[in-house]
Amino acid sequence: MSLLVGQLFSGVSIGAVLLLIALGLALTFGQMNVINMAHGEFIMAGAYTVYVLQQVVTSAGASLLIALPVSFVVAGLLGVLLEVLLIRRLYARPLDTLLVTWGVSLILQQAARDIFGAPNVQTRAPEILTGSVHLTDDIAIASSRLFILGLALAAVAALTIVLRTTSLGRRIRAVVQNRDLAAVSGLSTGRVDRLTFFIGSGLAGIAGVALTLIGPIGPAMGTNLIVNAFLVVVVGGIGQLKGTVIVAFVLGVLQATVEYTTTVSVASVIVFVAIVAFLQWRPQGLFTLRTRSLA
Amino acid sequence: MFGYRGRRSAAVLVAIGTVAALTACGAKTGDAVGSAQAGGGAVVDTSGSAVKVGLLNSLSGTMAISEVTVRDAIKLAVDEINAAGGVLGKQLEPVSEDGASDWPTFAEKAQKLISQDKVAAVFGCWTSSSRKAVKPVFEKNKALLFYPVQYEGLEESPYIFYTGATTNQQIVPALDYLKSAGKTSVYLVGSDYVFPRTANKIIKAYAAASGMKVLGEDYAPLGSTEFSTIVNKVKASGASAVFNTLNGDSNVAFFKEYKSAGLTAEAMPVLSVSIAEEEVKSIGTQYLAGQLTAWNYYQTTKGAANDKFVKAYKAKYGADKPTSDPMEAAYTSVYLWKAMVEKAGSFEIEKVKAAANAGGITFEAPEGLVTVDGPSQHVFKTARIGKIGTDGLIEEVWNSGQPVKPDPYLKSYSWATGLS
Repeated sequence: MSLLVGQLFSGVSIGAVLLLIALGLALTFGQMNVINMAHGEFIMAGAYTVYVLQQVVTSAGASLLIALPVSFVVAGLLGVLLEVLLIRRLYARPLDTLLVTWGVSLILQQAARDIFGAPNVQTRAPEILTGSVHLTDDIAIASSRLFILGLALAAVAALTIVLRTTSLGRRIRAVVQNRDLAAVSGLSTGRVDRLTFFIGSGLAGIAGVALTLIGPIGPAMGTNLIVNAFLVVVVGGIGQLKGTVIVAFVLGVLQATVEYTTTVSVASVIVFVAIVAFLQWRPQGLFTLRTRSLA
Repeated sequence: MFGYRGRRSAAVLVAIGTVAALTACGAKTGDAVGSAQAGGGAVVDTSGSAVKVGLLNSLSGTMAISEVTVRDAIKLAVDEINAAGGVLGKQLEPVSEDGASDWPTFAEKAQKLISQDKVAAVFGCWTSSSRKAVKPVFEKNKALLFYPVQYEGLEESPYIFYTGATTNQQIVPALDYLKSAGKTSVYLVGSDYVFPRTANKIIKAYAAASGMKVLGEDYAPLGSTEFSTIVNKVKASGASAVFNTLNGDSNVAFFKEYKSAGLTAEAMPVLSVSIAEEEVKSIGTQYLAGQLTAWNYYQTTKGAANDKFVKAYKAKYGADKPTSDPMEAAYTSVYLWKAMVEKAGSFEIEKVKAAANAGGITFEAPEGLVTVDGPSQHVFKTARIGKIGTDGLIEEVWNSGQPVKPDPYLKSYSWATGLS
């Protein structure tokens, strides 16, 4: 029983990590339809921000809390820079964007290697996040995983509120649903694009902060994550947040369950096969956005 | 612009997958072995006042982190030898080539060092895959390679000297140690490639013969960073220790998860064979303090030779740079080659080999006295179990007492029949 609960929680926590790394992409790829291969490197930028902050702020707990907003801004600004300099010029050419952003991701990786050195760096986690929370005597849940789950849910909630209730959210949705009509109605679509890209990239920064608690921090960390992030968004369906959320948790639990009874490699294969089969059946993903747009 | 775009998104996914696959493959250079020289053996160029030696390490790519430190250690030895008057009156001129973490590139560069630079010997390689890639090149050209890293054994080549540990100098003593410490059940966790799988085969054979229990065995793909399920399995197994053959980044994620799950070095120690001082630095002592490692050398190993080595290394490369087992083995290999050449009285490769095979090649290394075992071309090494301290250094808690005779095919162990 304790094993079942432990394993179920493992699945949910894998899902939470997937959700965090995919959430920003759900906005930039899902809503704006920009294929940003450098998204993983924005995550890396967030993680390195924690490292840099810890050189200044000695308390591990305080530095982690400060890192959340700072990483959001750092990664967000990197995103805006990328949008203004390159992506904006390639909106009509998605495959060119793919190649260009891939190049940017290589440049960012090498930059990290030059600045911080090729070996991984280590950050200190606050003591409270390196232990576990005991639900009963034999059911213990890693507190870092609980923190990540909380962070992921908070990020989804915040993003939902912004999209549903603020005027910025209304403008983003208008541009996503029908860019031409939004432009004709007097919206500055370029400005909205930049803001959307800022938020999406900033969320990658937050994911980076979370990942310092569970994984290595090095120049290559982004490349390991980017494919999973795209998978979640594509399977979840373009243009909808709820698809991304549901798919992240379903894939997490599926991975954990299959992995427990087989091995890591077999589990990855089975999850991939399941995804391919699902996309055969529903190529548009779990949810789609219906619009009257013609394109 | 935004409409029914299901098929588009599937196409996009395929494109992303393709790009990712391209990244993974890198540049493959095809059949790089090249042609052997006409008429057999490699020729060493001894015409000038200096003799060239080859340094073959990955200076870029994923293995660069580890291999650059090995290159630095080899350079240190070469500089020291030159300062003391060289070998047979000739200065050594190091020629460094980048294997780029890519196995065909290793083979190509090995060929270049042998036929173009006409080096007297090559020092380097780290992964077993790179060693296997260059092995035919050295055998075909009859040139010498000194390989400085612990490896999975079951190999002997007439043109390779192995100065790192083979399995009976690292893994077998580690199991002896666990058994003597009362850890009678183990869980095996490793990366999914040749070294961990071979090591675990040996561990299972040992366990079956000695009454130790193997409660589980799990492999993660190289670079994998999601360990919650494996750690859950380890925890549920109730094993008394974990034998860890993970490599690289995976160790970071594994140890973070391990601590989060409430598993401790006191209750269930993890014994690792791929974590040295350099790796400890990048994983973090917060997660590693108290865990065990198995090597033949630590920066803290006692002795005048090691004090001198550590001091010289730090003076040359920086006070914060730790020294580790593969670096020490690489440093030692240059001195062993020097002893062979001096005994042979010649740089000629067959004469150097004959001098080594006749026995009696020794060096007072940082790890203690090492002796080349003539026939197998491995070296006698003392096995050491260490405990990782909160300062990031590793303190020895047990050693084999005397240097262990290398036995790459485990022929002297009755339980190991059928493994090779």
